Amino acid sequence: MPSDFAQFFYLIASVLFIIGLKGLTRPRTAPRGNILSAAGMLLAVITALVSETNLNWGYIIFGLASGAVIGLWLAYKTQMASMPQLVALFNGFGGGASLLVATVAILSTQRSEVALLDGGVFSYIAAAVSIIIGTITFFGSMLAFAKLQGISRQPLNFKGLQIVKGLFFGCMLLCAVVMVTFPGKLIWLIALIALSALFGIMLVAPIGGANMPVVIAVLNSYSGLAAGATGFVLDNTMLIIAGSLVGASGMLLTRVMCKAMNRSLTHVLLGKPMAKMTGLHQEEVYAGKIKSTSAEEVAMVLESTRRVVIVPGFGMAVSQAQFAVRDLTQLLERRNIEVLFGIHPVAGRMPGHMNVLLAEADISYDKLKDMDSINPIFDQTDVSLVIGANDVVNPDARQNPDSPIAGMPILNVDRSKTVVVIKRSLSPGFAGIPNTLFVADNTLMLFDDGKAAINAIIAALKS
Amino acid sequence: MDIALLLTIFILAFFVGAEIITKIPPTLHTPLMSGTNAISGITLIGALISTKLNSPSLAIVLGVLSIVLATINVVGGFVVTNRMLHMFRKKD
Repeated sequence: MPSDFAQFFYLIASVLFIIGLKGLTRPRTAPRGNILSAAGMLLAVITALVSETNLNWGYIIFGLASGAVIGLWLAYKTQMASMPQLVALFNGFGGGASLLVATVAILSTQRSEVALLDGGVFSYIAAAVSIIIGTITFFGSMLAFAKLQGISRQPLNFKGLQIVKGLFFGCMLLCAVVMVTFPGKLIWLIALIALSALFGIMLVAPIGGANMPVVIAVLNSYSGLAAGATGFVLDNTMLIIAGSLVGASGMLLTRVMCKAMNRSLTHVLLGKPMAKMTGLHQEEVYAGKIKSTSAEEVAMVLESTRRVVIVPGFGMAVSQAQFAVRDLTQLLERRNIEVLFGIHPVAGRMPGHMNVLLAEADISYDKLKDMDSINPIFDQTDVSLVIGANDVVNPDARQNPDSPIAGMPILNVDRSKTVVVIKRSLSPGFAGIPNTLFVADNTLMLFDDGKAAINAIIAALKS
Repeated sequence: MDIALLLTIFILAFFVGAEIITKIPPTLHTPLMSGTNAISGITLIGALISTKLNSPSLAIVLGVLSIVLATINVVGGFVVTNRMLHMFRKKD
């Protein structure tokens, strides 16, 4: 347990974290909130350095300096479009650090003069929990990173994966019990890490692109819980409070994401495939009913409108179309056409992905509308411009009770007068089903890369 | 360790975290995630304390590695969040 002196400063740091997080809930106060949290972290680190005795300053300076250089380099050089990868990577590092600290704490009871844990049964249980969650977070996040980066593309799923995972989970718990009972035998520690690593990989492996926002939110929560568990190991309230705050916020964000996909958390986490579709085959749905259009035609339609709603999806991120979208928005606004953005909660690969990209292109956040506020507006919208989004605008979710995505909340773009869908091909989205929006009477398809298409529309509007 | 006291703190902090976060607008979901992620780097405190050990050498190596990982998490997380939030400044 830290001294009273340290405890007092840890309390101040905790309050700074809480006020900082509260600041993050409003765009105006968010930058200050982040700085307050960072100040809390600095205070916590200084408190630890000042109050703990016999620290090895050489190791500390080396660790802090090299970590800071790598962290700054990653934070500055990463493009906004790659933000999901970076968040996954950082989540993994946090989880990995917690795993290592818990491991070191157990090792310290072996041959060291100072032990980091008190040796009671609870401290070993906490270490086991910290190792399990930390390892799952680290390996799960690394795989999520690889998937987002495009290194590992195909979701891996096979019949019986659930059973294998269940078996692994059982072995993991058993191993943890043995480790806690015989803390002197390091082989069980190694076995526990190995099992948790495989379990983390199996947890993320079956998850494909569009379920990524849920996974990232879950791993975010886990990285907090791992830090909290490490706090129990070291008897340190600072770690417990901060870890718990992050664990809670990640859980809530996860719930928001799941609700937006109409899937239960267990289904996403267990990698359960969506319900098999009934009857609808791509060829039958699309045959002869697709109306392909050109940039010139879209420009003509746009010229005589009063309100345009742009609906971005992952396709906008892939083609880096946000700057072209900004130019188009400004061009339309100069002609007194109102431009709004309708953003689905799970558009993109992480929560809020589209908002970050549009903010990067200097599009003011009050033009970005969430699902609940934009849906009533589609009735009075002349043109909805869908850029690289698919399942989140599929009216089947509303109309066809047999559809695998039935009941999923969608953006009702089909209710606007005209819908223009910019998409490279008719390939299906994450649900693997045809989109009845594409064959609707009021829909025009513009088959092109997002950025190229928007630039062509801009050129046509200008001429 | 006083497990009951620590659990009390953990659970109450969890409720505080949940209470603050419920009202967050979707626009800020990404900065919220990367910001909270930086806070989860608090495990850095544990990593720093681990340098008390002078043996076994495996523990020392892992301890230093944990400082590096946690610092990347903390510094990178706060800086990238700051970078993102500055883009959300109101444009007139």
